Formats: sequence, C-alpha cells, structure tokens
Amino acid sequence: MSNDHSAAHEGSSHGNATSYIIGFVLAVILTAAAFMVVMGHSLSPSATLMAITVLAAIQVVVHLIFFLHMSTTAEQAWNNKVFLFTLGFVAIFFVGTMFIMDNTAAHMMSR
Amino acid sequence: MAHDTTLSDAHAEHEHHELPTVFGFWVYLMTDCIIFGSLFAVFAVLRNQFAGGPTGKELFEISGLALETALLLISSITYGFGMIAAHKGQIKSVQMWLAVTFLLGLGFVFLELREFAHMIADGAGPDRSAFLSAFFTLVSTHGLHVSCGLVWLVVMIIQLSGVSAINERMMNKLTMLSLFWHFLDIVWICVFTYVYLASMI
Repeated sequence: MSNDHSAAHEGSSHGNATSYIIGFVLAVILTAAAFMVVMGHSLSPSATLMAITVLAAIQVVVHLIFFLHMSTTAEQAWNNKVFLFTLGFVAIFFVGTMFIMDNTAAHMMSR
Repeated sequence: MAHDTTLSDAHAEHEHHELPTVFGFWVYLMTDCIIFGSLFAVFAVLRNQFAGGPTGKELFEISGLALETALLLISSITYGFGMIAAHKGQIKSVQMWLAVTFLLGLGFVFLELREFAHMIADGAGPDRSAFLSAFFTLVSTHGLHVSCGLVWLVVMIIQLSGVSAINERMMNKLTMLSLFWHFLDIVWICVFTYVYLASMI
C-alpha cells in the first residue's frame, strides 16, 4: 500500500500543472456555455433552466475532481463519506423546504 | 515533532497520509455547505416575492457577472499554480501566486461591493422585498467568505516570508486554504447559475 501511496501522492492527490489546466479549460467552456445558453434565448425558459442546471452540475464535478482533488483512493474514503452524507442532507433539506413552502403557499393562497 | 521537519524529511520518515487537520477542515467545509444549502433554499422560496419592487431581470447585468465569474475562475487556477510551487518548495513562487490570487479575489469583492452599492442607491436594497433580502443574504455570505479567504491569503504570504523551507504544518495550512478557495468557487457556480442566470431567462 505504501508504494501506491507515493505514486498517488505525486499524481492525483494534489494535482499537477496539466490537471489544473485541464480543469480550468473545462470550467471556462462550461461557464461560457451556460452564459451563451441564457444570452442566446434560443431555448424555451424551462429548457434553458434545465440546460444551465446540467452545465452547473457538470462544472461542480469538474471542480471537485480537478481543484479539490476528490478521488476514490483509500486515503480519501472518509472525506467522501462526509461529502456524500452532506450531499444527502442538503438534498433532503432543500427538496423538503420546497415541498412544504409550496404547499403552504398553495393552501394559504399567498401566491 | 513532525511540525519541525521539512516536507521531504517527513516523507522519508513516514509515507504520506491524510492528516486529521485536513480532514477536520473538510468537515468544516461540509458544514459550510449546509449553510449555503439553507440560504439557497431560502432564496428559492422567496425568489418571486418582489413586493412590487424590481425583479432580478431588471437588476442584474450579464457583463458584470461575467467579469466577476472570470476573476474567481482565474483565481482558482492561480492558487493551483501556487500549490504546485509549494510542493516543489519554491517559496518565492508560492508567495507570488498567492499575491496574484489575492488581487483577483480583491477584484471580485470590489465588483460585488460596487454592484451592491449601485443597487442600494437605486432603492433596491435588502429591505425592498423578500427577494432582495434573500439575494443580499446569500450573495454577501459568499462575499464574506471570499473576504475571509483574502485575509487568510495575506497571512500565508507573511508567514511564508519568515521561513526557509515549507514544513508539513505550513503545507497543511496551504492545503486547507486551497480547499477553502476552491470550495467558494463551487458555491459561486451555484450562485451565478441559480441567482443570476436563472433570473435573466
């Protein structure tokens, strides 16, 4: 395991110039695409929202891999567990809030 | 005791392992993630409650947003180059990249404050509508984090000027600031997508 460790240490665990530049180029492309989709007005509003959601999701993953150096190596296992827990928590929290507040607004006719 | 050894010495003594300090900082970032998650939920609930005031479509300018986004994205890669230099032990180079990152971050905060000032001067301050309260709370919380990052960058540049080699403790600090800075970039992706762009559709 210690041999794998030193290899991973030089490569993926904190990145090199190539990985940072790949991440940066991908981030620029995804950001520019999101801006162009909105400025172009060629898609319907709901399709535009869907498109920028997908672009943002991909960009978050790109940043996590190339800038925060998340990976599936053994030394990252605890980081990943905490990350997935947080993701699940925020998802339940966010969707639950939307559900409850929309229902409240509908029943109280405040919208 | 590992604190006094240089990074290469530390490697020779015991192979690299994920340090509890960095893991602890990761856990802190996840709690920050929950704060931003709740502020995004608040914004999502209140995003159409304009109370007869201006809407996001009327207020937001895409050119300013593009510039802010560009500054933050570029600052991410300049910090990355700083980390690469740190792993090579080039202290002067690390300080230079941190300084560049600082200036880019400062530019971002400046643009954001200018935007806030214009909005408040035009009567679109946080007290105008629920939408604007949610907007200012979410976006300024992110801006406050970036400002804390700026202070941290200055502290790191000063601390680095007093050392002859980057030891493990110093490398931990740089790694944690790296996580912090790149994490704020991720939050900004969600901000420019759901707060700004989604309002301009």
